[in-house]
Amino acid sequence: MACCPLPICPVSSALRRAFDRPAMIQEDTAAADPVLQRLVDQVRAAQSDGRALVIRGGGTKDFYGGAAAGEPLQTGALQGISSYEPSEMVITARAGTPLPEIEHVLAQRGQHLAFEPPHFGAAGAEGTVGGMVAAGLAGPARAGAGGVRDFVLGASVLNGRGELLRFGGQVMKNVAGYDVSRLFVGSMGVLGVICEVSLKVLPIAPARSTVELSGKQAQALRQVHEWTRRALPISASAWHENTLRVRLDGALAAVRAGTARLVEEFGVGIIEQDAARAYWNGLRDQQDAFFASGRAAEPGATLWRLCVPATHPPLDLPGSTLLEWHGAQRWLFSSAPPAQLREIAARAGGHASVFRAPQRGADFLAPLPAPLERIHRALKQSFDPAGIFNRGRLYPWL
Amino acid sequence: MNSELQDEPRAAAALVARQAEVLEALSAILPAQALLHRREETTAYECDGLTAYRQVPMLVALPESEAQVGAILQACHALGVPVVARGAGTGLSGGALPHRAGVTLSLARLQRILRIDPLARTALVQCGVRNLAISEAAAPFGLYYAPDPSSQIACTIGGNVAENSGGVHCLKYGLTLHNVLHVKGFTALGEAVEFGSEALEAPGLDLLPLIVGSEGMLAVVTQVSVRLTPKPQLARCIMASFDSIEAAGAATANIIAAGIIPAGLELMDRPMTAAVESFVQAGYDLQAAALLLCESDGTAEEVAEEIERMCGVLERSGATKIEVSRDEAQRLRFWSGRKNAFPASGRISPDYMCMDSTIPRRRLAEMLRAIEQMERTYGLRCVNVFHAGDGNLHPLILFDANDPDQLHRCERFGADILETSVRLGGTVTGEHGVGVEKLNSMCVQFSPAEREQMFAIKRAFDPEGLLNPGKAIPTLQRCAEYGKMHVHHGMLPFAHLPRF
Repeated sequence: MACCPLPICPVSSALRRAFDRPAMIQEDTAAADPVLQRLVDQVRAAQSDGRALVIRGGGTKDFYGGAAAGEPLQTGALQGISSYEPSEMVITARAGTPLPEIEHVLAQRGQHLAFEPPHFGAAGAEGTVGGMVAAGLAGPARAGAGGVRDFVLGASVLNGRGELLRFGGQVMKNVAGYDVSRLFVGSMGVLGVICEVSLKVLPIAPARSTVELSGKQAQALRQVHEWTRRALPISASAWHENTLRVRLDGALAAVRAGTARLVEEFGVGIIEQDAARAYWNGLRDQQDAFFASGRAAEPGATLWRLCVPATHPPLDLPGSTLLEWHGAQRWLFSSAPPAQLREIAARAGGHASVFRAPQRGADFLAPLPAPLERIHRALKQSFDPAGIFNRGRLYPWL
Repeated sequence: MNSELQDEPRAAAALVARQAEVLEALSAILPAQALLHRREETTAYECDGLTAYRQVPMLVALPESEAQVGAILQACHALGVPVVARGAGTGLSGGALPHRAGVTLSLARLQRILRIDPLARTALVQCGVRNLAISEAAAPFGLYYAPDPSSQIACTIGGNVAENSGGVHCLKYGLTLHNVLHVKGFTALGEAVEFGSEALEAPGLDLLPLIVGSEGMLAVVTQVSVRLTPKPQLARCIMASFDSIEAAGAATANIIAAGIIPAGLELMDRPMTAAVESFVQAGYDLQAAALLLCESDGTAEEVAEEIERMCGVLERSGATKIEVSRDEAQRLRFWSGRKNAFPASGRISPDYMCMDSTIPRRRLAEMLRAIEQMERTYGLRCVNVFHAGDGNLHPLILFDANDPDQLHRCERFGADILETSVRLGGTVTGEHGVGVEKLNSMCVQFSPAEREQMFAIKRAFDPEGLLNPGKAIPTLQRCAEYGKMHVHHGMLPFAHLPRF
């Protein structure tokens, strides 16, 4: 085995201050909490007048989803980490808590949000934990670690009747009643206001490396799946312009052995740590060259996100593409008609959604089959009978 | 029909007429041998793994195809007949307890493995396929299905989806929810429907987490696509002794705090180790107040590194004895005791009731002290096994069901454990489900508005309330009655209990 020095960064496991604060928001918390009470009052007033509300945290994902109009309901003031127990691997935070604050507190104890949530918006803009859950977007680690939904343990939400409801909890295993807190992941605020969430957190892997290999898309897809099947600790992958990049995260021994194996057997090149970090963060936050140049090259183009089964062979797509999540997420800059892209994705067993468009249309997501549309309408009615929350943000009819 | 039921002979006659009517409708869909209506045939379905609750169903339907399942649901919907879906019947909370005027829909014959895709690491199976059968089919490709509930030899994947089943490895590999990509099935109206996607995400609201763990109340699942996991090259297990439960509990917290996620982390108290040791001779330390099993899996390099780190943490946490499995045979022997905890309890007591609450791990010692106090209060013994990694506790209350007073005390003991778990910031069920068993305890965990929201969700999927009615979510009326009869520590249980 080669003894080349590998760019592996050990992560400090500094154990410092503990968080021990009162537990979660529940139904009688509002009266004692003016910030929460203001939200409850605003929802109740809107409900009685049938006025539309647009829920907003940090505003970093304003571009995402269908157009919704109405009076803003700001969650930004509802801040603070309610509890954090590193040895329980659970953090509970109020919806308006800035995401960077949570990530910082976790990193101090050697932990992180394993789904690698994106940070959008201009420099200095901060997304909130509530917005992170409501949008349900995960970063490059999605393929290996799971999505936002996989890490939500519980949530306190405000429904359209102004009732503060608490579902799930702060424990990993919980099958008491329907798993309502996870239903809010990716709900785009159409069911209610997320007030507080409990998230499972994981230790940051002790070691990480990134390698790259040239090859066409079909070959890259095959390769990355062959590698994951062999129990190599692959946490992320991306393919663009005939280059496959793969990230390994895990125990020092496993990452070292895995990287060495990829070097020897497949001739991959190792990307230096800082460059690798910049690459994955750029991909996560869409600051990467693909996203920047795609916007520049075709100014009127829409950024499409295609979710398809990861092993599906390359799609014949009209525009520049980048593959993530071992092929399960495929980005495309294109001006082609939505129906054409929806058709391509559907034939591949997936769906296409508009991620960023120069002009907001009514076609953010693919339409639903009739029984699912009926269930969506009925669920909306059950949470928000007056239809006040984020009208049109998920579907024009919801 | 309700007013008729008050008059027993008339109600019985009505039921017979109803049975004939439904039987005739379903005979158009299923052959005669796939429809059970005689008492001697239907009695076999009167309970699931929770045998304390029994109810003979009006009819049992045994479809062999997914299309038949859809047709049965359409027919039942047209006639307004309740439908209780059932897999292998191994559930421990009475989730598959039949409805007296309903159809028990046995899905055990839908047992085809439709596809194993080694490259995508997925398996597409029908709902009646046994949990372990998936791993067996995937084994030639070096893959397996990770969630391993203790009943995995018998339980079906459809039942796992309905209950969001866990197992001893879910700390590292997740629950059913984390390992299911896509399900197909039918609504209460009999419409074909799909939730989730093999594409990781589906458009719209993410309904899959609602379906997983919904105890057959939102839809009937007939086909499941699961994620397969590469089989670890090696697994080794540490058995560590502690002279107090507190020390063992602290050791588990220290392992997690050190950034280690063990493949399995299980704790047993002394009465439990004594019971299993005399049953399977696993080589357990009978002097220890608590025994911890801590497993590492992965590549040889990873396991060596992790075992060394785990041993260090356990030593520093005051372990009195540490033994690391030398080979696979010894590792399996270590686990044999834990995996036989339930049957071993059956040997030392005529009956036992298995509880299933989850608490924040740091409250473990407090919880076990409370249980000791309850043993005195209710005059019954209790042995404890604990999925220490994720805080899921299985106290086994030992009793004799032939003594009605013992049964009654046992039920109160169980309810007390569940309410204590809620008070400590936990939940009344970690992996067994609410079913009929924990309906009352749900009154403690959820407010009336939360329960009403859950009913509203149920209605969104099943407007007429025909799928597994009466399970999982207690009515306001039931909770009011429970509150009246049940005074806890001198106060109503759900007046000001902190919930989480």
